[in-house]
Amino acid sequence: MVGRAGEPVGLGPDRRAAARGRRGDRLFHGAAATAGVLVVLIVVLITVFLVVHAVPALLHDQANFLTSRSWDVSVPMSFGILQLLWTTVATSVLALAIALPFSVGIALFLTHYAPPWLSRPAAVLIDLLAAVPSIVYGLWGAYIVAPKFAPIQDGIQHLLGWIPLFGGVSAISGGTTMLLVGIVLAIMVLPIMTAINREVLAKAPAAQQEAALAIGATKWEMVRTAVLPYGRAGIISGAMLGLGRALGETIAVMFILSALPQGSAWTWSLFNGGETFASKIASDAAELTPGLGTGAYIAAGLVLFLLTFVVNAVARLIIDGKKDFSE
Amino acid sequence: MIINKPARIAGVAVIAATALAGCGSASNTGSGSSSGAIAGSGSSQASNATAQASGSADCFTGSLRAAGSTAQQNAITQAISAYQAKCPGAKISYNGTGSGAGITSFTSKQIDFAGSDSALSPDKGEPAKAKQACTSDAWDLPMVTGPIAVVYNLKGVGKLTLTPKLIAKIFSGKITAWNDPAIAAANKGAKLPSTKISVFFRSDSSGTTDNFTNYMHTTDGADWPAAHGKSWTGKVGQGKAKSAGVSAAVKSTDGAIGYDEWSYAVQNTLQMAQIDSGSGPVALSAESAAEGVSSAKVVGTGKDLSLKIDYATKSPGAYPLILVTYEIVCSKYAQPKTGQDVRSFLSYMASPEFQATLPKIGSAPLPAGIQSKVATTIKAVS
Amino acid sequence: MSTLLRAAPAPRTTALAPGRSRGRTLRSSAATALIWLAFAIALVPLVWIMWTVLSRGLPSMLHLTWWNKDQSGVGPAGFDHQVRGARHAIVGTLLMAALTSLIAVPIAILTAIYLVEYGRGRIARIVSFMVDILSGVPSIVAALFIYAVWVTTFKLTLVPACASLALVLLMIPVVTRSAEEMLRLVPNELREAAYALGVPKWKTILRVVLPSCMSGIVTGGLLGFARVAGETAPLLLVASYTQFLNQNMFSGSMAALPTLINTNVQFMSSDPISADRVWGAACTLIVLVLAINLAGRLLGHLTRVKS
Repeated sequence: MVGRAGEPVGLGPDRRAAARGRRGDRLFHGAAATAGVLVVLIVVLITVFLVVHAVPALLHDQANFLTSRSWDVSVPMSFGILQLLWTTVATSVLALAIALPFSVGIALFLTHYAPPWLSRPAAVLIDLLAAVPSIVYGLWGAYIVAPKFAPIQDGIQHLLGWIPLFGGVSAISGGTTMLLVGIVLAIMVLPIMTAINREVLAKAPAAQQEAALAIGATKWEMVRTAVLPYGRAGIISGAMLGLGRALGETIAVMFILSALPQGSAWTWSLFNGGETFASKIASDAAELTPGLGTGAYIAAGLVLFLLTFVVNAVARLIIDGKKDFSE
Repeated sequence: MIINKPARIAGVAVIAATALAGCGSASNTGSGSSSGAIAGSGSSQASNATAQASGSADCFTGSLRAAGSTAQQNAITQAISAYQAKCPGAKISYNGTGSGAGITSFTSKQIDFAGSDSALSPDKGEPAKAKQACTSDAWDLPMVTGPIAVVYNLKGVGKLTLTPKLIAKIFSGKITAWNDPAIAAANKGAKLPSTKISVFFRSDSSGTTDNFTNYMHTTDGADWPAAHGKSWTGKVGQGKAKSAGVSAAVKSTDGAIGYDEWSYAVQNTLQMAQIDSGSGPVALSAESAAEGVSSAKVVGTGKDLSLKIDYATKSPGAYPLILVTYEIVCSKYAQPKTGQDVRSFLSYMASPEFQATLPKIGSAPLPAGIQSKVATTIKAVS
Repeated sequence: MSTLLRAAPAPRTTALAPGRSRGRTLRSSAATALIWLAFAIALVPLVWIMWTVLSRGLPSMLHLTWWNKDQSGVGPAGFDHQVRGARHAIVGTLLMAALTSLIAVPIAILTAIYLVEYGRGRIARIVSFMVDILSGVPSIVAALFIYAVWVTTFKLTLVPACASLALVLLMIPVVTRSAEEMLRLVPNELREAAYALGVPKWKTILRVVLPSCMSGIVTGGLLGFARVAGETAPLLLVASYTQFLNQNMFSGSMAALPTLINTNVQFMSSDPISADRVWGAACTLIVLVLAINLAGRLLGHLTRVKS
């Protein structure tokens, strides 16, 4: 591997090699840094683009942008994001809450529990699911799952209706609710989160695991002490990737979720319909023409963007905090 | 599904024909045998003749890009495939991206012509933008008219008549049960159940919603006071994505009502309400739609041929709920070849020979008088 | 929790000396059962959707015309019963995804290298944070951005390559993140050993660090590829569908499998041919990704053997 060791040792060539190494280092460092800066630049440009288009619309907004639930972008515009924000956050958090334990569980299964004959094909199957286009998840959710899921949802409403999150909503029929969207989103983000967790957990050092087992730890104790702590940062990172995808998912949400009419009653229930930021933008993308009205949608896009920003900042703090602790 | 004989005949013919076409073997061209059954309309001879080249179209070789309204997707796809059968070298792409997106693409020179549910709107400064993009005037050419069906799903009710007032009241949530006396009064003899009315609307913005709300606003401003718009502004109902979403929801929900382009309603074998504008119930059929379009007036001036449909028409046998789609073109293209190509294709689309085939794909032809005006205008495109 | 569980990562031997208590064994078995259960439960929807797509999509794919014909000359759905194929969309998807990967993967891996190997302090933190932000950009916003830059700002005509540009924005964070995780997991001893032998840093990275985590990076790249190949929303805005085969990334319109699906989806409830196209295209996407996945794994395997 390290061929350099075999080279004749002499001052001249060595110095030349060192110089070459330095130049190579500079170039390589430069290339890597450029790529990093490029990413920063892209994000800054996107932000600028969003802000530039959103501000004029926001200035013309007759309603309170943060607390209004109406969405009327014909002049005079009055639009607010409350309903969109709630639908987006509720479905995505639900998706993450379902997908996170499952993705860790499956990743552990694939890396530490499954017999080899099963883990390979299962891993490939799950990777493949990342390739299923979101529109297909949408079709599957809306036309195949929703009708079957409707009676189950009725049952939950019946049993747990006293909890505001599960309160009865009569306006939405056929199971096309936020709850179903959350579940489908969880299934959609599961492959990508599982894939990352799997890689991370598989890379846990074998020596410590063997040590743990050697001193008589049970398998679960070994996993808890020598595998999971090692993967924590990666798991959180994967979860953020999954959450980001859930927050921004467009087509599947658009197909499954029933939209609400203007001025419908507010409810905390997950059995309500609604639209997320992304599905709202996509629903009306066909009629986005340059002008103020489009600015309103871009403002919604900006909020989604900021939302991810905050979520990621929090995640980063958690990861960094954990690092400090473990070091 | 219970079907009451006399008044449903036209609808049944359409449905049967589609069922034949849709469920039958994937035989081939599809423009042959079924068309006769569909149009008990008298346009059958003409439509049978279409597929054969009449030699009148001057062909071009090359490609054209167009985009816009989904309402004319079927019609223009048919035009493209029929035109291509004559002129194998012509590659025309049409994307159903929505009217607004089509116009935006047109004004930013992304496409050669746009399809739109409404003429260029001076309020939005669209003609000026289009003129800037074309460096010549842009023209609105009415090309296809598509009836909008009021579709419903109600167990045991195979025939339903609605008046404009009932439509506005149902879709605005003022009538909430199917056995409401007002509905009963329009449907004497029908046994209406007490099922709750579930209204379904399009959650994506669309020209169909625009035309449908315009219809309600025009015919019954008291019950539908909101101005028309591409996004649903009603206070009740559930929104579903695209025509497909509305169709599927209506089909699977007892007590449902919604609105869809005719072709979707036919394809999904949904029940369509008859509309009684004052001179008796009219079922949606090729003839009643054509009768409805015949009330259209050209309101554009000069070469601009924007149409206005008379939604409140009392003409007997006229189905009033109609949508017109336009092709928006430059009067003079920067590249003469593009102008020629557009002229050649649109001439074919406006020709009586092609227009006569429209009823079998869920659209209606332009009235003959307007057809000839459109044809004359297209000749002036360069 | 027993004291043992708290004592990471080197368990105290004393606690273990007497052998496993029943409670601990029981807890471990319970965990095993739970993990099997998690897998089994998750398998239900995954297998269900896979079955749905494969059982409905495979029949279309088995026709030769699916692979060697486009949709030219096909009339309106439900009225014209010509079937023809998806060659235009398959070629389009492959071209778009290839160009996307060509741009995104180098940027992503270099960024990951920067973050792990070079980046220190504030700038690295900013870059890392920006990658997170980019991963949260909704696909539709990415497309709006490209549209605004390409059309509104530069007044250019959209070409199929624009779709790739929009997809690049979506692919970079996925690949960067997973490459970064993989690079971080490479033990520092490896790097130190290389440095000790006088190997320059860049060579260490290229010859020692990268190969040792190649399989993970390849997985990340494949995930990224899978992510963008099935992406629909941005294509709707920047890549118009066409019925015709187009192999030029820089002119005209180009079809892709997701836009083929989107075009046919509205007719699928009533027209079996459209439905076949939808499921066939979805199935084709999966098969394409499977093929590329296997190729990638093989590549990862070969590189590992070399090192």
